[in-house]
Order: sequence, then structure tokens, then C-alpha cells
Amino acid sequence: MTTAIAIDNLTKTYANGLQALKGISLEVQQGDFFALLGPNGAGKSTTIGILSTLVNKSGGGVEIFGKNVDAHVYETKLDLGVVPQEINFSQFEKVRDIVMTQAGYYGMPRQLAAERCEKYLRKLGLWEKRYERSRTLSGGMKRRLMIARALVHEPRLLILDEPTAGVDIELRRSMWEFLTELNEAGTTIILTTHYLEEAEQLCRNIAIIDHGRIVENTSMRALLAALDKQTYIVELAAPIRALPDWGDAPLSAEFIDEHSFEITVDARLTMSDLFKLFLLHSVEVSALRSKSNRLEQLFLSRLDGARGGDEHVVQP
Amino acid sequence: MLSNHKYIAFETIVIKEVRRFTRIWLQTLVPPAITISLYFVIFGNLVGRRIGDMGGFNYMEFIIPGLIMMAVIQNSYSNVVSSFFSHKFQRSVEELLVSPVPNVIILSGFVVGGMVRGLLVGGIVTVMSLFFIDLEIQHPLVTLSVVLLTALVFSLAGFINALFANSFDDISIIPTFVLTPLIYLGGVFYSSSLLPEFWRSVSALNPIFYMVNTFRYGFLGVSDVPVVGAFVILLGFAVVLFSACLLLLNRGTGLRS
Ligand SMILES: Nc1ncnc2c1ncn2[C@@H]1O[C@H](COP(=O)(O)OP(=O)(O)OP(=O)(O)O)[C@@H](O)[C@H]1O
Ligand SMILES: [Mg+2]
Repeated sequence: MTTAIAIDNLTKTYANGLQALKGISLEVQQGDFFALLGPNGAGKSTTIGILSTLVNKSGGGVEIFGKNVDAHVYETKLDLGVVPQEINFSQFEKVRDIVMTQAGYYGMPRQLAAERCEKYLRKLGLWEKRYERSRTLSGGMKRRLMIARALVHEPRLLILDEPTAGVDIELRRSMWEFLTELNEAGTTIILTTHYLEEAEQLCRNIAIIDHGRIVENTSMRALLAALDKQTYIVELAAPIRALPDWGDAPLSAEFIDEHSFEITVDARLTMSDLFKLFLLHSVEVSALRSKSNRLEQLFLSRLDGARGGDEHVVQP
Repeated sequence: MLSNHKYIAFETIVIKEVRRFTRIWLQTLVPPAITISLYFVIFGNLVGRRIGDMGGFNYMEFIIPGLIMMAVIQNSYSNVVSSFFSHKFQRSVEELLVSPVPNVIILSGFVVGGMVRGLLVGGIVTVMSLFFIDLEIQHPLVTLSVVLLTALVFSLAGFINALFANSFDDISIIPTFVLTPLIYLGGVFYSSSLLPEFWRSVSALNPIFYMVNTFRYGFLGVSDVPVVGAFVILLGFAVVLFSACLLLLNRGTGLRS
């Protein structure tokens, strides 16, 4: 199998002295759909910036499809399409001109450029808007325009930095479909997102980055399998004063109010076992809902683990 | 990148640059035409009659080459500095930086864009001057090559300004505090023979002085400076500035963090 990206001990210290990457190593195989996750300021965009040469690295090496990016500047750039986190096209230009110009930068003859431009603007639902100035587009359309622009030279590797931020649910789903199709047709995709269900839906492998270090790098399946606890909010049909004594059942519970409590259950305990327990203790349940996305929980536990569990970015 | 790909990339940048300044022609082409015709009317016609001859020519004839040159300098410079800086400001310069376009092509594209605007405005001013006098060109080749070199030098200078600029203030400081004084003291309006010895030698340090005089030589056949020397100076500036731009681009100064 070919390696699409090999990052070796990459470091970055910005001019202001901030150490954004503290030696990350990562491999993404060709054909993969890869999620790069991490909290705000973790170093995701910095990593992508280095891959796309917008950020100068301080140390380490990067190979794209087996070629060192410093030694093979032009070839590696041809293989790469990038959708940045922030809008970065001219607000005064028309939609079609933006994509056509980008094709020109890649040396594409006009005829071919025009065909590709139409193909991707149509696929991303922007063809009707082709003669509009880009600043008149909605936020979601602007993101899609950047995807069309990144695809016009049909790169083997597409990197998307939060492509679905601020995109409505319907559109997000259609973007997922589009990206899945693209991936099935052979394009390697790396994406960052703060919507963990998005990563769960789309990606086969993931890395979690925090404070400039990789704290987890595994397959989505292995990660989810490692998930051994699940937390629910239990809504009660009849009020209770206090929680029952659960005995040695593999769970822990926390009283919220007389109409609800929170319960964290070991994965070994099945749903029917849980309801038998409720029945046994005369707990009348009206509704049960998952407290958080499974991956979210895992994500937070990984970050906590890496930080020693004492650090919270936002103080309550 | 293959050479035909490079050519397409170059052409893309140039066309985009020319489209930009023609789209906003009211800001880019009309104001210099108006300013320069005011100069024609006021200095050439009204005041000029009282001044009499300058360097052996009537005052209008004398200042027209300088005014054309002034238009070329200001417009090539301001085209590159404002266009490239606005690419930086809107971050659309990233479109270029992630693509495989070599730096020398990026530089050439923007510089040629600036030269086209400089020469176009220079052309407009030249045509307008025909309403005031019959222009005769003594040495067309000298005229053409000096105007091309001047447009090149100031496009390059504008590019450097844009690379270092972090705000819109930064792109107006150099034109206001450096370029304008150099132009006005560059012999557009007077012959250096009028100056006292000291100021004449100060003028010799001003590159624009050489450009204006050589250009005037092309039109009128007289110059305050040796023409060959002026070409050497102009070429020297072009080479040094081009190399500096390329070096800065390769380093990513002002572009890559
Ligand atoms: N140009 C810069 N100069 C100085 N520091 C920077 C620069 N760009 C980013 N940083 C810092 O580097 C760190 C990593 O930033 P980065 O943008 O890579 O985070 P991120 O993981 O993409 O976060 P987010 O999810 O918020 O987009 C942050 O602390 C940020 O403040
Ligand atoms: Mg980011």
C-alpha cells in the first residue's frame, strides 16, 4: 500500500515563540479517509499549513506520496488539494473566475479548465451562482466554493480543514455523501472537524492532537471498541427522593433532581439487564437518552488522560 | 512544472491583473489622466507662458516627457503594491502559494501587470498631450526602452513594498514620503542647470532624475545626464530589485508564517 502522507517528528515554533507542534509523527495511507481531531489551538491547522507550504516548519520532514515536499515542491503540490479553515478567495471576484484562475495556476489549458470548473461547480451546487460575486454567497456556499477550487486539478489527496463548520444539517449530509463518493473513487481524504459524529460517520482512521502532540492514532473501529462506558440521563415517570442502592451492579449513578438522574453503565451490562435493575428497584422510567455522543466521551477522556485530567480550558 | 504550464500560469496572473485595473478604471485610469491634464493646463499653458524657455525648449515641450514619466512611475508602482497587498489582505495569495507556480512566475506576472498599467496610463497621457503640442520623438528606441525599464523598476519596487506591508497605511507611506518627493525633485519641472552646484550633485543621487532626463532625451534629443550611464543605472536597479524580490519570495517574507 502506498503512503499518501508521512509526517516525521514535525515541529513548529511560531515567530512569537509559541510552540504549536512539538514533534508529531503520522502516516496516512492512500485511499484512506482520515480524521485529524483536537480541541481549539491543538495544532491541526498548523499541520495542514505545513503540508500546503503556507507555514514554514521548524523541524522534521513531510513526504507526500513518497516524495519529500522540500525536494519535490512542484510534484507534491500537484498531488495536493487544500480547503482551508478560513475563507481565502477574493471577495470581489466571480465564482467561476475564482475556480478558473486556480486552474490556470496549475497550468491547465482553458478548455480543460472550463470543463472541470463546470463539473465541480455543478457537483457542489454552485453552477447557478457562477456569475455572482463571491461575497454575495452564503457561508455554506463559500465553503463549497473552496472545495470546488481545491478539486479543479483533481488531486490524489484532499485535505479539508473544518469544511462543515457553520453548514446546516441537510447540506452537511450532502457534503458527506459527496466526500464519501470522492473517497470511493480513489481520493485520499484528510479532514479536521469538531463534529465528532462526522468523523465517526466518514472516517476509517483518526489521530487526536492536543497541545501540539499526537495523543491517539488508531482506527475508528478500535477506538470505538475501546469505549467501555456509556452515560445516560434517565427521566422518571414517578418522582423519587433518593437513588436506590444498586448493590454490586457495574454502574454508577448521580442524582439530578427528583425527576431525573444520570447513570454511567459499564459496557458489559446490556440494556435488558439495566431495565431489570430498574424494575427490581421500582424505578419507573419514562425516557432514557444518551448523555453525549460516544466518540465525544472518548475524545474528552483521551484529552484528560493526556493532560493528567486536571486541565479545563473553559472554567465553569 | 512544465514550461507550457508555466506559461499558462503566467498568462493567468497577467490577465487577472489587467482585468483588475480595467474593472476599476474609474479609480485606476481616469484620475491620473485628469491630474496630468491639469498640469498641462496650469503649468504648461498658463504659468508656462510666463516662464519662457527651459533647456532650450518652450516650457510645455520641456515638461511633457517628465509628466508622462511621472504617470508611468506612479501607476506601475501603485498597481503592484495595491494588487499584491490586497491579495495578502484577503488571503487569496494563498491560492498562488499552494499551487505549483514557481516564484519567478508569480513575480513576473504581477510585475508585467504593473507595467501594463504604467504604460497604458503613460499612453493615455501622451495622447492627451497631443491636444497641447505636436510631439516629436527624436530617438524612439531610447524612449521606448527607458519607459519599459522604468515601468519594470517601479513595478518591482511596488512588489517589495507589498511584501513588507502589514496594513493599508504601509502601502501609502512609501509613495507619499519617498516616491512623490523623488519625482518632484527628479527634474520633471526644471532643468538641473537652473540648480546651484550643491543641489545638482544631490539630484545625481536620485534615480528618477536619470529616468526623466533620458526619457526627455528620447523626445527632445537633449539631456542633463549621459544617456548610456543612465541606462546602466536603470538596468542595475532592475537586476538588483528583481533578485531582491525573488529572494524575499523564496524566503516567504511577509507571506508564510
Ligand atoms: N501565525 C501564527 N502566529 C503565532 N501563533 C500562531 C499562528 N497561527 C497559529 N498560532 C498558534 O498555534 C497554535 C495552534 O493553532 P492552530 O491554528 O494550528 O490550531 P487548530 O488545531 O487548527 O485550532 P482550531 O480548532 O481552533 O482551528 C495556537 O495556539 C495558535 O494560537
Ligand atoms: Mg484550525
